[in-house]
Amino acid sequence: MRQAGELDESVLELTSQILGANPDFATLWNCRREVLQQLEAQKSPEELAALVKTELGFLESCLRVNPKSYGTWHHRCWLLSRLPEPNWARELELCARFLEVDERNFHCWDYRRFVATQAAVPPAEELAFTDSLITRNFSNYSSWHYRSCLLPQLHPQPDSGSQGRLPEDVLLKELELVQNAFFTDPNDQSAWFYHRWLLGRADPQDALRCLHVSRDEACLTVSFSRPILVGSGTETLLLMVDESPLAVEWRTPDGRTRPSHVWLCDLPAASLNDQLPQHTFRVIWTAGDAQKECVLLKGRQEGWCRDSATDEQLFRCELSVEKSTVLQSELESCKELQELEPENKWCLLTIILLMRALDPLLYEKETLQYFQTLKAVDPMRAAYLDDLRSKFLVENSVLKMEYAEVRVLHLGHKDLTVLCHLEQLLLVTHLDLSHNRLRALPPALAALRCLEVLQANDNTIESLDGVANLPRLRELSLCNNRLQQPTVLQPLVSCPKLVLLHLQGNPLCQAVGASEHLAELLPSINSILT
Amino acid sequence: MADNLPSEFDVIVIGTGLPESIIAAACSRSGQRVLHVDSRSYYGGNWASFSFSGILSWLKEYQENSDIVNESPAWQEQILENEEAIALSRKDKTIQHVEVFCYASQDLHEDVEEAGALQKNHASVISGNPTEAAHSACLPSEDESLCSVICEVPREQTPSSDLETALEIHDVEVTGEKEKYYDNKTCVKSGSEEETSENVPTEEDTALQPKKNRITYSQIIREGRKFNIDLVSKLLYSRGLLIDLLIKSNVSRYAEFKNITRILAFREGRVEQVPCSRADVFNSKQLTMVEKRMLMKFLTFCMEYEKHPDQYKAYEEITFSEYLKTQKLTPSLQYFVLHSIAMTSEKASNTIEGLKATKNFLHCLGRYGNTPFLFPLYGQGELPQCFCRMCAVFGGIYCLRHSVQCLVVDKESRKCKAIIDQFGQRIISKHFLVEDSYFSENTCSHVQYRQISRSVLITDRSVLKTDSDQQISILTVPGEEPGTFAVRVIELCPSTMTCMKGTYLVHLTCTSSKTAREDLEPVVRKLFTPYTETEIENEEVEKPRLLWALYFNMRDSSDVSRNSYNDLPSNVYVCSGPDGGLGNDNAVKQAEILFQLICPNEDFCPPPPNPEDIIIDGDSLQPEASEFSVIPEANSETPKESTSLGNPEEDSR
Repeated sequence: MRQAGELDESVLELTSQILGANPDFATLWNCRREVLQQLEAQKSPEELAALVKTELGFLESCLRVNPKSYGTWHHRCWLLSRLPEPNWARELELCARFLEVDERNFHCWDYRRFVATQAAVPPAEELAFTDSLITRNFSNYSSWHYRSCLLPQLHPQPDSGSQGRLPEDVLLKELELVQNAFFTDPNDQSAWFYHRWLLGRADPQDALRCLHVSRDEACLTVSFSRPILVGSGTETLLLMVDESPLAVEWRTPDGRTRPSHVWLCDLPAASLNDQLPQHTFRVIWTAGDAQKECVLLKGRQEGWCRDSATDEQLFRCELSVEKSTVLQSELESCKELQELEPENKWCLLTIILLMRALDPLLYEKETLQYFQTLKAVDPMRAAYLDDLRSKFLVENSVLKMEYAEVRVLHLGHKDLTVLCHLEQLLLVTHLDLSHNRLRALPPALAALRCLEVLQANDNTIESLDGVANLPRLRELSLCNNRLQQPTVLQPLVSCPKLVLLHLQGNPLCQAVGASEHLAELLPSINSILT
Repeated sequence: MADNLPSEFDVIVIGTGLPESIIAAACSRSGQRVLHVDSRSYYGGNWASFSFSGILSWLKEYQENSDIVNESPAWQEQILENEEAIALSRKDKTIQHVEVFCYASQDLHEDVEEAGALQKNHASVISGNPTEAAHSACLPSEDESLCSVICEVPREQTPSSDLETALEIHDVEVTGEKEKYYDNKTCVKSGSEEETSENVPTEEDTALQPKKNRITYSQIIREGRKFNIDLVSKLLYSRGLLIDLLIKSNVSRYAEFKNITRILAFREGRVEQVPCSRADVFNSKQLTMVEKRMLMKFLTFCMEYEKHPDQYKAYEEITFSEYLKTQKLTPSLQYFVLHSIAMTSEKASNTIEGLKATKNFLHCLGRYGNTPFLFPLYGQGELPQCFCRMCAVFGGIYCLRHSVQCLVVDKESRKCKAIIDQFGQRIISKHFLVEDSYFSENTCSHVQYRQISRSVLITDRSVLKTDSDQQISILTVPGEEPGTFAVRVIELCPSTMTCMKGTYLVHLTCTSSKTAREDLEPVVRKLFTPYTETEIENEEVEKPRLLWALYFNMRDSSDVSRNSYNDLPSNVYVCSGPDGGLGNDNAVKQAEILFQLICPNEDFCPPPPNPEDIIIDGDSLQPEASEFSVIPEANSETPKESTSLGNPEEDSR
């Protein structure tokens, strides 16, 4: 019938019989839409109004059959957006009714948001509506989520972009509300997630974190606040050398064309010559509306400019920097709750996050203890927790290094399972990763353009993808790892300055003629100790 | 007319209290021929509810303290040689120490009129007006007149089901009252000396416009029919036996219910709301965060305490209040759990009983709302009538204001075989159910009764003000001194259809240790202030003001063993009057046990057949139509009921 173009009331009648019994039948809804579109052209306004009324009634009966049918709600959206004068008040009433029956019906919530947008319902009214439903039953992701959309609309903060933060008084009220929820039922996740949203912040402002110029390698490296894909669409970088634009080819450290925190380009000899007392390099990130400048002085091998580690933006992305008193009191109440509910994982995790937000270094020891407890009560997520813990430890070490203003980073004996924030380590020359539980040196390691010495003994490393294109790497220690085949060393070929390689205690050393094989594979390396 | 009563039945039920009415309904439903009589002019016995004028005439009856001597044909002559008689009591002795106080301002002029009206009303109730008498006396003996019996059931006490008639009757009473009588005060204020001073005569006329917000006594009288004052104050546990029975038997369609909206506690001189559901705890402003957690944790444990014996086994021997001290609960939480949730006291229950009570409370939460309790609109007195109605639908015959003079016992078989009623008619039956209060002192000489202290107050505002003025609350006030009992306070708002707009009806109940006033007045004083002229001048008085107060003691005949009654034949069963407990489980349990004795192996109040499912095959079924001739009438009843008694709860069941 559909193919024959027989789109008239009989199709409506037929489909309604089937949909009335089972509304989850997308094809039939499509069919109905086609019919309705056809009829729209043919019928008089009065007939059409009657038709629409029947259709709305029919939709309601379908919703009663299955209040969670995607097709039905979608069809209603479609129908209403086509109406010249839709009765939005009635639709809101319908939503309220359905949410009365099941306050967690997210289909209906979705539809309500659609209606509220279309009818321009003031956010305050919608907020009051979520209030009433949360009062009835706070285990309601949809309701909490809606709040997180409405509150920033109600209280726009000038300086914080689209996903802005809330003013402190509103934030405090919300915190109290959500605390009520998780003290009442700490096993209810919806409240904890909302709590995390409240304490969290929007994505940090786009920025260039670090700019580094090396005379030797004739290379300029930039790290960004978020991974970008240079050259795609709007993401363009403009390089000004001594205030005049220079066209360059941007690439990622590992050579792959995909979003990356770090991008680099080769510089022509002219922009590095020693004739001028200094060269200035300025990178302008048009999409991010940010730029950074660094200076290479005459006679220096390199020059850089980077945000200082004391800038709180660095690692507190998880939680915001609201007045620490708020966070402090949050921490206190969570600790109280934890005493009552020693085995509640949400509470433990929130404590850890709060401590990080407050002062990652001060609370480092305590945080590690909470991780221990958390792993014990939630063994199913042990690996996730290990990775999270690794992340925090790396962050702490980076902070300490930057406070000390050195370019040496010690990450040994930390039980790390994963490496992260490598884009922050652009300037590091010595990195110690020994005695951890790392299984790989990931591709992102290639961002460490200044790295000269890398120690990664006593791990369980099997692959070395990240040890590639490191222009200054001289010495690499990989003793007591799990390198199986000489071929895994292939990436090392691309490190021109590598002269010393320690491979003792790896399976590949057992193979007959291993040394010869390696010498053949890596002819440029002076000494390979096996 | 009394001659019209059939002379033979399967079951005769004497008394229309809740257990009797349930049994009558169950027996009738199982096909027994049931005669249900009550010597009073109203349904329910001590389970009844009254309009304001109704309660005044009720209490006058008890205050007058004089025997109503009806001249009845002597029954002694009818007792044959091989028979014995068990005389029944002529007078109800279950209510004592009735005291009434009126605090609302009484305009002298009006007062006179109203007081006179009481007499008139009293007269009409007690001695009977012709039409009413005709109703009760004119008893149909044939099936076709059943309909009139059915209609009569609601007319007596159910304004909801037969509103127009009720309105008319009341209008007549109220207007009639205004004209004749000059007697004053005596019936209103007997037993109270302190209020003479209040009867300040004012020259105001009987203006219908009250001074703002002030309810006068004449207004109460005028709006008297808005009141439905329960003699027993109970609530329905939303998973209690009575709710189950109402649903199972479909009697629920005769009644409407409202959820109690809040549980209150009285602590350190203040009334506060007890958070008991998850939503309450979440929304509570008075609990600290930590308390919220403690309370939720403990309540969650109580929900399935049996699964965690390690948490209470060691404490089985001690009282529940001691046990609560061992748990992680702050004193205020202990108080809430002990008094308002488990509703017990320091000494009364051990750990297991307390946990069980808490579990029961929590188990009932959330079925119909945020508290575990329901209240029947128009008062608890509706419930016996609902069952009577079901009994009538299935052919039971009703006679109010019909007393029974004696039970006739066959000497040889030691079984009761008949009753002799007030007209001297002998009515034969197989089973006899008699409510305790009908037995004479001879029969009850060895019975030890407990007493319930009751008070009914009319106040001008709620004990705890909130945004909504339509709150129904239950409040437990623990006994202060050792040996005194906790007082249960139930406050009803006008939307329960038990009091007039602008007032609250408050019921207090406790186990008696002294007279009702001695037991309850201290609590009344804590919660309320008397309504006096001087205080009205002060803008805001914190406590609600008392407009009117009634105290009385009611006999508690529950828990009386059958053996304590003298010489009862085995086919005479005793139903007890109301107990002092909050729920109605006792009545239902008792009814079911007695029903099983009368009709062993019969289902107890099964759902009635759906009228639509009944196929009336005229030819084949006509001869054995006893059951089916009734049901179509039930059917014809239905539409009428559903208009007046639409049950909003039904959907959720």
